[in-house]
Amino acid sequence: MPDTARLLPLAVAVPLLGSVLLAVAGHRLPRLGTDVLAAFCAAASLGCLVLLWVRTGDGRAVSWVGGWGPPGGAPARGAQSVGIVLVADRLGLGLALLAAALVLAVVAYAWRYFEEPVGGHAGVFPALLLLFHAGMCGFALTGDLFDAFVFFELMGACAYALTGYRIEDPRPLHGALTFGIVNSLAAYASLLGIGLLYARTGQLGLAQLGQALDTRPPDLLVVCAFVLVLAGPLVKAAAAPFHFWLPDAHAVAPSPVCMLLSGVMVELGVYGVARIYWVVFAGPGGIPHPAFRSVLLVLGTLTALLGAVMCWQQRHLKRLLAFSTVGHVGLFLVGVALLDPAALAGTAVYVASHAGAKAALFGLCGLLLDRYGSVDEHGLHGRARELVLPGLLFAVGGFALAGLPPFGTGLGKALGEEAAGRQLPFLLPALYVLVSAVTGGAVLRAALRVFAGAGPAPVDRPGEPETSGEGEEPEVRGPGRRLPVPLVAVPAVLLLCSLLVGCVPAVGARLAEAARLFTDRAGYLAAAYQAPPAPAAPVPPAGWTAAGVLLGLLSAALATGLALLAVHPLHRGLGAALNRRLVLPLRRLHSGLLGDYVTWLVVGLAGLLVAFAAQR
Amino acid sequence: MSVFPYLMAGWILLVGIYGLATSRNLIQAVGCLSVAQSATYVLLLAVGYRRGATAPVFSDLPVGAPVVDPVVQALALTDVVVGATVTAVLLALVIQLRKRHGTVDPERLTGLRG
Repeated sequence: MPDTARLLPLAVAVPLLGSVLLAVAGHRLPRLGTDVLAAFCAAASLGCLVLLWVRTGDGRAVSWVGGWGPPGGAPARGAQSVGIVLVADRLGLGLALLAAALVLAVVAYAWRYFEEPVGGHAGVFPALLLLFHAGMCGFALTGDLFDAFVFFELMGACAYALTGYRIEDPRPLHGALTFGIVNSLAAYASLLGIGLLYARTGQLGLAQLGQALDTRPPDLLVVCAFVLVLAGPLVKAAAAPFHFWLPDAHAVAPSPVCMLLSGVMVELGVYGVARIYWVVFAGPGGIPHPAFRSVLLVLGTLTALLGAVMCWQQRHLKRLLAFSTVGHVGLFLVGVALLDPAALAGTAVYVASHAGAKAALFGLCGLLLDRYGSVDEHGLHGRARELVLPGLLFAVGGFALAGLPPFGTGLGKALGEEAAGRQLPFLLPALYVLVSAVTGGAVLRAALRVFAGAGPAPVDRPGEPETSGEGEEPEVRGPGRRLPVPLVAVPAVLLLCSLLVGCVPAVGARLAEAARLFTDRAGYLAAAYQAPPAPAAPVPPAGWTAAGVLLGLLSAALATGLALLAVHPLHRGLGAALNRRLVLPLRRLHSGLLGDYVTWLVVGLAGLLVAFAAQR
Repeated sequence: MSVFPYLMAGWILLVGIYGLATSRNLIQAVGCLSVAQSATYVLLLAVGYRRGATAPVFSDLPVGAPVVDPVVQALALTDVVVGATVTAVLLALVIQLRKRHGTVDPERLTGLRG
């Protein structure tokens, strides 16, 4: 058995090797061969990560790759290190595990999803998936800021290629280009920030940077570097006003890819923000806690509200789910912004469970695309009545998004609400309830219309900017074929996992320990130097409370009410003025134009810079 | 160390972003992205520069000779590789767009709105 430090690079290397194998030998293998090879590599990486999770326990595993450790093995503090360090604690490992599990689910889901690839292109899709997986694992496990940038771009480049995988249709290419240019520009901003930090400290490791910054009071250079470094993760996390690329990319990417993008990649952006702040900038030489808290709270609240409002407006089902991801990411950002282990534990539970529910919903959209060649709520009205089980699963997914107990989303929401209520009573818990109710309600509304044919057929609103889901290229030909089993089975299993996150108390308890460890900055700095760990703070609670259950039931009831109201003929004309005054301008902002999105990116960064510099 | 290279890096970044925001041709937009990225090369090399020092190739240097910081050079090289990959992927997408749909003007891609 290899020791723990050796396992750590293996978790990244196995999918990397697998992707190279598939890219080189994929076209010589039969289709079954490429699928089995991809599944084997994903499973091997998953096994590696599970072993690491068990071995790491409530602590950290550190690995200097290739033995290029700091000079002397037990280095003096502040000595410069040029090696590549991987530092795993259970929150990072948990995200890597989530990515590995979702990749495995996607490989199973895509078993017969695409047409038989021709010529030298066989094996390209699973190879890209594994490369994407390697990038995500690396980003979650790295302890070095520059490597974080490299892994960030690795997962980015794979995600752009996967988004534009179906080149027959103009919209995937458009979405992939917007996604690629906006994300890469933000990544280069991050690299500028890394350069500034290196100029100041001569370090690149997260722990080393944190220690070096703490030796002198912060100045404007540190604030600039902080905002620039955060640009990449914030754009990846789709915080408003950096979120514009997300609905465009998620609406058009192949459904199996959406499962990964929405399920784990976007959340890795939130993780990046939290990790970089806690390790590098949370000390006396960085950004003061109140400044970070207030700015990120505003950012998270804006993102959550905008996601919820825009989610309700959509008729393109995948775009609807994409905006619901924006709404939930807003809540995750609020959870991170509170700088409280309890809120972080809630966010971790929320992320794990949200990934299952959201991936299942995207999977079911893929099924609709497979059967009807459309994901348009209006066009599909009542057409999917024959799909009873998928319809039920879609509705269950809607309830999961709304945070119905005992789903893990409900538990995460309850924990987040409780911690947020201590900071800002009523307002923040109300935000949690509202956003989950509206996003869940939008999904339930779509389920009622598409799978049950409820209410009158919705009328088109000409003149409004909107994306219809009609005229999509089906991702497979031959609508007469039988429904492939994985298209229903994989979403069902994912929903079950989402349920189990809330039902098995051990999951919450482990994630609460992980959150406690994550917020223990001194311990992280010590671990990177192989010093004994500092004594730890108490583990936050991570169980159900009566208030949490009631709030979960409340948002589920609200979601049901909203969905029923939306399909009821009475509501026509209700709120039309509100719609014209407030919502329509908001929808016009989502113009689909690259230039607008780049401008918003710059405006957002300038705003953040002013906000942080003013509170220095 | 003069402040001029740092101002230059900022200027290159702004020029690239301006090009991206106003571009009517996607090939030009990908080029502008590369221009914006060049700002990172200039900044990294400026960070590691030492006056009177030589390249950090130690085989033919006397011991103790001043060299520029080799770490930033490694970073810049990695950065070039990353940039080349991303540019290649994006240009491939643009080529497909031109082939299948006969346009490289972002303003004519109006399928995704609201």
